Amino acid sequence: MAIFVHEKTKILVQGITGSFGARHAQLSLDYGTLVVAGVTPGKGGQFFEHNGHKVPIFNSVADAAVATGATVSAIFVPPPFAADAILECSDAGLDLAVAITEGIPIRDMVRVKRAMQGKKTRLVGPNCPGLVTPGTGPKSSGGCRIGISPGYIHQKGHVGVVSRSGTLTYEAVWQLTSKGIGQSTCVGIGGDPVNGTSHLDVIKAFNDDPDTHGIIMIGEIGGTAEVEAAKWIKANVKKPVAGFIAGATAPAGRRMGHAGAIVGGTEDTAAAKIAAFKAAGIEVAVTPSDMADALIRAAKAQNVKLS
Amino acid sequence: MNIHEYQAKALFEKFGIAVPKGAAAKFPEEFDTALSQLPEGTTVVKSQIHAGGRGKGTFKSGFKGGVKLCKSKAEAKEVAGKMLGETLVTVQTGPAGRKVQTVYFTTASSIKKEYYLAILLDRATSRPVIVASTEGGVEIEKVAHETPEKIFKVFIDPAYGLADYQVRELVFKLGLNAAEQKAASKLIRGLYTLFWETDASMVEINPLITTTTDGVEALDAKVSFDDNSLYRHPEIVALRDLNEEDPKEVEASKHALSYIALDGNIACLVNGAGLAMSTMDIIKHFGGNPANFLDVGGGASREQVVAAFKIILTDPKVKGILVNIFGGIMDCNIIANGIVDAVKEVGLKLPLVVRLEGNNVVAGKETLAKSGLTITSGDSMADAAQKIVKLVA
Repeated sequence: MAIFVHEKTKILVQGITGSFGARHAQLSLDYGTLVVAGVTPGKGGQFFEHNGHKVPIFNSVADAAVATGATVSAIFVPPPFAADAILECSDAGLDLAVAITEGIPIRDMVRVKRAMQGKKTRLVGPNCPGLVTPGTGPKSSGGCRIGISPGYIHQKGHVGVVSRSGTLTYEAVWQLTSKGIGQSTCVGIGGDPVNGTSHLDVIKAFNDDPDTHGIIMIGEIGGTAEVEAAKWIKANVKKPVAGFIAGATAPAGRRMGHAGAIVGGTEDTAAAKIAAFKAAGIEVAVTPSDMADALIRAAKAQNVKLS
Repeated sequence: MNIHEYQAKALFEKFGIAVPKGAAAKFPEEFDTALSQLPEGTTVVKSQIHAGGRGKGTFKSGFKGGVKLCKSKAEAKEVAGKMLGETLVTVQTGPAGRKVQTVYFTTASSIKKEYYLAILLDRATSRPVIVASTEGGVEIEKVAHETPEKIFKVFIDPAYGLADYQVRELVFKLGLNAAEQKAASKLIRGLYTLFWETDASMVEINPLITTTTDGVEALDAKVSFDDNSLYRHPEIVALRDLNEEDPKEVEASKHALSYIALDGNIACLVNGAGLAMSTMDIIKHFGGNPANFLDVGGGASREQVVAAFKIILTDPKVKGILVNIFGGIMDCNIIANGIVDAVKEVGLKLPLVVRLEGNNVVAGKETLAKSGLTITSGDSMADAAQKIVKLVA
């Protein structure tokens, strides 16, 4: 088990003929992920070929899903067209749309999120590294890699990782793998102020997944999503949880790279979030180098086996 | 992206939002022309900088007040001469202050009462929210903290837009009389249309005023825009004032780098926003002070690394550099070669600690070691941070 995606999940790639989408479609194929379709309007009928794989390209998400049974899309469409690409996944009834695209106008996301309300499609992102459910092959291959994460840093196992930041996720995963601790699923939810799946949504899924024994939650300044997740953890989660918040030294009112990483008031500072983590019994990583160790401490205290 | 008050008010007028009559001047020679557009009598002179607290600010020349009420146009002209070209220090500018490059003259309104009105994105609901208060002209955070019952919010469904009943709710709660209600409704509607159509991330009027003749006016105007949407608003991009931005940040944006100057002496160069923030944090944790936030993006190409080093080195406070790269997809050896080339190209003399991790990291570290340059290698983020803190101490 894992959350959201597993080794049998069939994925399609929107924007597979663009350089960014093509590169990562290749890496996912190399990882052993079932990339069964590509979507580029106007290029339907052509094929995306790589290392003996011949992936059919379709004009629309609906066509691709019907023809190949794909249930998940990885979106690599440029910002002006990305919101439309997400909506297309929703209307085609996919289970999951993962928007990798960085720089989508916030107003577009506000409209798309409203349009997806009550629909079955889950959105992860935008501006995110995507998801990885590691496989059992060499260097975790054979798993499901959607997005831009390096696959080889993973190892199949029982720790769930959720984060707003890409490279900080890799940092946590690498620390775990280096210590011989594998992951169930790693989810990058993205650094934008309006996104689909929240920290809390992922925490709930990890809590329900019997294969996930411990959780690392990585957040940053801006918004209050981590605080809400912490409150829910306090009331509902029995599994060991470690947390880290980036941006303790960020000045107020300045956007720190991510559109969502900006301190507006007293509620969305790193200090406020760390306090909420501590109040919820989450083991706080003192530095980013301490993320895996923090989870090991939390697991030890609860006598839970992580590997 | 932020714009000046005088630009925001011009935008307000386009959307039918009432503002006091005003005119801006960038040079002393323009004072007369600007003032000729206003009626004789009480006139307000306002320094135009991208920072709040102007009224209570002090110029480095010793002149007090970045916003002044003058009895006549002649006095306004004299006061404007004391503001233009001078550096204004406010609570929001920091001790360095900002040079005033534009002054804005407006007529003085006859104020009955001050209110607060703003529209921004509510992250928790992913909807626009209108925030209004009967307490205007003061710091809204303070009102929210001390008298939250005086703050009213309506959340707007993006599928429907601003509903009439929501506008009524606001004007009733603000306790306006019938004539004021009518004027305020028009203003709120105009402000929401502006917010939505220009892809603003925030519009704020503080204070919003009622006049002795039952009018409703925006006495101040603050507007900022979503950077992601600027590509579809060339008319807004044209309002950008590079004088208000750190030249290092402007240069960085040309190379697709995200750079923000800070006060410390340890520069950082990192790939990824979250990792860059936490690199700053870990430097502080081990007793150092970060000089900047710098995200070179996921790729960290050689050209970007060279550009990043050059920008870092224009900051005279910098005494050492920490490079922290997690080479996920990128080959660490290619990144290491890029760092070596960059160090040679810029002739770096300062202590440099490099922490590389990820794909082909062993070869990357070897490249650094064999380069003949004095580069200290860090094994983990904690190790690298401790080393650079020690080297600049």
